[in-house]
Amino acid sequence: MASKEDKAADAKRNTLRAGPDAEGQFGLFGGRFVAETLMPLILDLETAYEAAKNDPAFQAELTNLLLHYGGRPSPLYYAERLTEHFRDIARDAGGTGGAKIYFKRDELNHTGSHKINNCLGQIQLARRMGKTRIIAETGAGQHGVAVATVCARFGLPCEIYMGATDVARQAPNVARMHMLGAKVNPVTAGAGTLKDAMNEALRDWVTNVRDTYYLIGTAAGPHPYPAMVRDFQAIIGNEVREQMMEREGRLPDTLVACIGGGSNAIGLFHPFLDDEGVAIYGVEAGGHGVEVENGHAASMSGGSPGVLHGNRTYLLQDAEGQILEGHSISAGLDYPGVGPEHAWLKDTGRVNYVPITDKEALEAFQLSAKLEGIIPALEPSHALAWVTKLAPTLPQDNILVMNMCGRGDKDVFAVAGYLGIKL
Amino acid sequence: MTKTNETRIDRRFAALKAEGRAALVTFVTAGDPDLETSKAILAGLPGAGADVIELGMPFSDPMADGPAIQASSLRALKAGHKMRDTLAMVREFRKTDNDTPIVLMGYYNPIYVYPNAAFLDEAAEAGVDGLIVVDTPPEVDGELCLPAIERGINFIRLVTPTTDDKRLKTVLKNTSGFLYYVSITGITGAASANPDHVEAEVARLKRATTLPVAVGFGVRTPEQARAMAKGADGVVVGSALVRTIEDTLTQDGVATGNTVGSVLSLVGRLSAALREA
Repeated sequence: MASKEDKAADAKRNTLRAGPDAEGQFGLFGGRFVAETLMPLILDLETAYEAAKNDPAFQAELTNLLLHYGGRPSPLYYAERLTEHFRDIARDAGGTGGAKIYFKRDELNHTGSHKINNCLGQIQLARRMGKTRIIAETGAGQHGVAVATVCARFGLPCEIYMGATDVARQAPNVARMHMLGAKVNPVTAGAGTLKDAMNEALRDWVTNVRDTYYLIGTAAGPHPYPAMVRDFQAIIGNEVREQMMEREGRLPDTLVACIGGGSNAIGLFHPFLDDEGVAIYGVEAGGHGVEVENGHAASMSGGSPGVLHGNRTYLLQDAEGQILEGHSISAGLDYPGVGPEHAWLKDTGRVNYVPITDKEALEAFQLSAKLEGIIPALEPSHALAWVTKLAPTLPQDNILVMNMCGRGDKDVFAVAGYLGIKL
Repeated sequence: MTKTNETRIDRRFAALKAEGRAALVTFVTAGDPDLETSKAILAGLPGAGADVIELGMPFSDPMADGPAIQASSLRALKAGHKMRDTLAMVREFRKTDNDTPIVLMGYYNPIYVYPNAAFLDEAAEAGVDGLIVVDTPPEVDGELCLPAIERGINFIRLVTPTTDDKRLKTVLKNTSGFLYYVSITGITGAASANPDHVEAEVARLKRATTLPVAVGFGVRTPEQARAMAKGADGVVVGSALVRTIEDTLTQDGVATGNTVGSVLSLVGRLSAALREA
């Protein structure tokens, strides 16, 4: 009989969940591509995170915070009217399909999205490392609000870099960050979106590297960020497993989540990667359409491998390796890269990555609002748009879970503008 | 890995050591503000007093550089500059100057998509002597650094105030040509370091390596260059030159009759300061 160690080794070889390797890589992707000034700090962070991860006191404090401050576990909601809607569509087309739709309600977390899961984890780590100042980048501002929140909660000064374009289109979140005591620095370089905010945050970090902790909001950046953010977000998928066993007595058949950098998606997907029967879909921002040059932010469907912001991953870039800005109606998705674990999951074929256009996302936004009384953020509206296409084609006993990773309060003004509603 | 006096960089630093002065290492971005002006600046640098030339490979997202160098990259890219133009500039320069070392400096992605092997072959053939690729730490030496060394190209590393003695060993392992001491934590063109502090740090590096040490970041004026050169083998000036280019342009970013002359004149003053030191 195989020893316990042998079994553990076998399990590791046969799992899609063991990454990254010792170099911080998921296959070709990931790694550490940063300036020398940051390397010693990145290595320190890796050591500190490994120690924290294995420290029961750290985990206990985090669990406590997630429960009483973050509002976890988030509910798993059966979206009955949407389910019926898709079954009607299937029937009208002469079919018998229409999957059973569940929403993982991560928009009900404190601060309105899944971002708080990661921020509570990283702020605990920053405190443990004795850092006295926090910086972060933000696109839609959901991550910025979550960072400002945990900094207020633990009394640490905080500066948020946000593209000037995003400052304009996500005004409610900018106001929240101010109220929470954060300093918001608008970035005018480039198109003034998430990529440019990340460049500025990296510049701040290079300058103030000794006392400053860079709280990255998505599962991208240099190792160990992609693995660390994934670990903090995996609570989403772990809860879905438990809740689904309680509700349906079995695992779901289909998972769907939107992808910008990909933190909510990897959080949902990761605990299910080894469950072969579970089909997994990541939904990218197709903007005006992936065939429109620089008119989308679908780095996997319409990009190629390259090195940016400390990791190798799929990027929106031209033939010369210059980074393109990308476009999405959603400020949280218009990042020209993607987390390296997603890049690897695409190449291995385990996860299917599909683009959804701005128009399709807006239609899904309205569908959710009207049929379920849930106003979603524009980000998960992309995921829902894919569900709209997929669900009618699946049999009725197919259980589909979509991560409703953010609420649409922040997008009310922007969507009203697109729909021509005068406020 | 490379023995002394084998490359143009080694020969140049050895010759200056014999002269008893520090090297003036000048940085300009290839193709800034346009290819023809950039070629004229490059051709004029040795005569104006540049001992080693760093030629920037334009990149859209230079995360470790400040606004001046980022703007120079964007000017070059807007003018349609491509990596093959950078290599062609070096090839042309070599027709008339076989002594002045040229180091290409930039970020990994434009090299990675070129891709690596083709880039290194063409760079070696064009007469490139060294590479500084800001976002390829020693941890990924297998990808670019070791193949560069195989082709006789020096791989020059940055050492920063956060590089402790233990890490310094890692950084030095595959470094050749010279060591670039970044005198501040921060981006290019930012505040200047305290020269006394820099002198002590350079002394620390000299105890760990026989490689020449050049000091950069925050050096703008001839006086600063002279102060930073104390104990060092070279001084790097970049943002100040690039800003000088910017200052001579029309409102639309077009070069004027002053562009080349202004840059070369500043190089001349910096060079004179080092010769007087």
